[in-house]
Amino acid sequence: MTLGLHLGVLALLGVLQLVLPPFHHGMLARIMVLAAYAAGYNLLLGYVGLMSLGHAMFFAAGMYGTGLAISYLGVGVATGFLAGVVAGLAVAAAVGLITLRTAGPAFLIVTMMLAQAFYLATLYFNEITGGDQGFILSGLSLDLGGRRLPLADPVVKYNVALVVFAACLLLNFWLVRSPVGHILRALRENEERTRLLGYNTPRYKLFAVTVSGLIAAVAGSAYTLLFSYVGSTFAGIPYSIYPLLWTLLGGSGTTLGPLVGTLVMTYLVDVASSLTTGYLIVVGVTLVVTILWVPAGIVGGIRARWAPWLP
Amino acid sequence: MSLGAHLFLALLEGTVGALVLALTALGLSLVFGVMRIVNVAHGAFFMLGAIVTWYVSTLLGSFLLALVVAPLVVAAVAVVADRLVLRPIGYEPESTIVATIGLLYILEQVVLMVYGPYARPVTAPIYFRVDFPWFGYSGYKLIVGVIAAILLVATWIALARTKLGLYMRATQQDPEIAQAFAVPVGRVYTTAFGAGAGLAAVAGALIVPIQQAHYLMGLDALLLSFVVVILGGLGSLRGTLVAAFVVGLSDGAVSVLFSPTLAKIVATLLVGLVLAVRGRGLFGEEIA
Repeated sequence: MTLGLHLGVLALLGVLQLVLPPFHHGMLARIMVLAAYAAGYNLLLGYVGLMSLGHAMFFAAGMYGTGLAISYLGVGVATGFLAGVVAGLAVAAAVGLITLRTAGPAFLIVTMMLAQAFYLATLYFNEITGGDQGFILSGLSLDLGGRRLPLADPVVKYNVALVVFAACLLLNFWLVRSPVGHILRALRENEERTRLLGYNTPRYKLFAVTVSGLIAAVAGSAYTLLFSYVGSTFAGIPYSIYPLLWTLLGGSGTTLGPLVGTLVMTYLVDVASSLTTGYLIVVGVTLVVTILWVPAGIVGGIRARWAPWLP
Repeated sequence: MSLGAHLFLALLEGTVGALVLALTALGLSLVFGVMRIVNVAHGAFFMLGAIVTWYVSTLLGSFLLALVVAPLVVAAVAVVADRLVLRPIGYEPESTIVATIGLLYILEQVVLMVYGPYARPVTAPIYFRVDFPWFGYSGYKLIVGVIAAILLVATWIALARTKLGLYMRATQQDPEIAQAFAVPVGRVYTTAFGAGAGLAAVAGALIVPIQQAHYLMGLDALLLSFVVVILGGLGSLRGTLVAAFVVGLSDGAVSVLFSPTLAKIVATLLVGLVLAVRGRGLFGEEIA
């Protein structure tokens, strides 16, 4: 039933592209990539209970890995994607090793510091990275069995985004129901006790940080490929806060929460931006309102009331 | 200029920077120590202090008045936030972090809507040059350093010698036992949060004539305060002061000799390094 629900959601996303007008079509493609990013974040916050404020570093590692490889080495889309994933994996593993020595608020602050160092580095080496301005990739296309599919084409864009999101969602779904997933949740509930039971807790935490960072990097790399842009904005602190916001609003510790949260928030920000210059105030208000009145988030609230079987 | 003169300038810049940074970070450290919460909105309070200073000194024409009004206004905002948001969620560590991130966005965006996206200076109330053999130096900056130092000592005395300070230290050690000894813990929390915000606001106010007021100026203050507080050890005020000097001086030196961006990269990586070697910082107590 739960697997059916997830496949159903993916099928619904697949069908929606046939009926949506162009604006919402493009919007949803972007939302799916960002929801994949949030799903990576949720793995760490929702299932292991580690709150990071540095995920932009992983997202951007995927982005720069892919973007720099394509623009300087002239590699194709597939190799570029791989470069982004490897870069993300390396950064995530390194960050995991450093931050494992910390716990609680120190983990949050250290991830934030490291991400800020990464962000400043993208500005400092602006001759290579383009700094604030970033750089644009053009003419990217995917080779699929001899057919060239230009990624700028809306239909291709939407479906690639869907595939990326589906992969991240199903990986997430499979992982949290696997034995490892149970141990990760045990870490969240009581780390001391998990250690007492004989589990090598640092190793599981390192695993969780690495997989979470890896998914974020996959999303970052996909974002670059689909929207043809690399820039340091995506490495900044706001981009570490957004996945936290999306995850909390949707419901942390639920597999579908990140998608719901990203969807609601992206549209909310879009509406607010047409009303006022300080439209990001909706980000602040949503965070405060969520934490005060709906701490379980949207999907979490549904699970608590009506559907206790939701993963 | 010779290398010696450069180093002297770096030392001077670093010392003034360190004193202001110590003031900002002390507020963060106080809030963490007493309330066991990480206040991500601390930089926003710093920024708000600067903005209020700009309004008061531009509309009423008195910088000195602004220096008094800004911390009071910001402390009041903090107290309201504490009562409306932080107390209802019971100061639960992670919820508090999320709530203060929310507060940070709300304050920044409200300032953006009211004050606008400008960076505006305030003329220094006193203007004179101190001439060294190699270069002239802004007298106002030296005065900022002196005021910051006086405020640091005053805070220290308040914590070490007054009844309120005793309440705060008792709450820091053990809120339940403190409560049992009739310390009004709830009110101590609110006071600590307001005082922490006030300290950030004073630092923000002092810096306006040097830097300009801008709605995004809080981020650097927040990050450097985090660096200092972590380096010194979460919850240790002594550590915070020592770390402020380490960070402030090295920041000043690297900024003058190399580049400000590089200085920030070095400072943030320094934190990672310290934590890798010594998980609780220089003077911190073990936290779980």
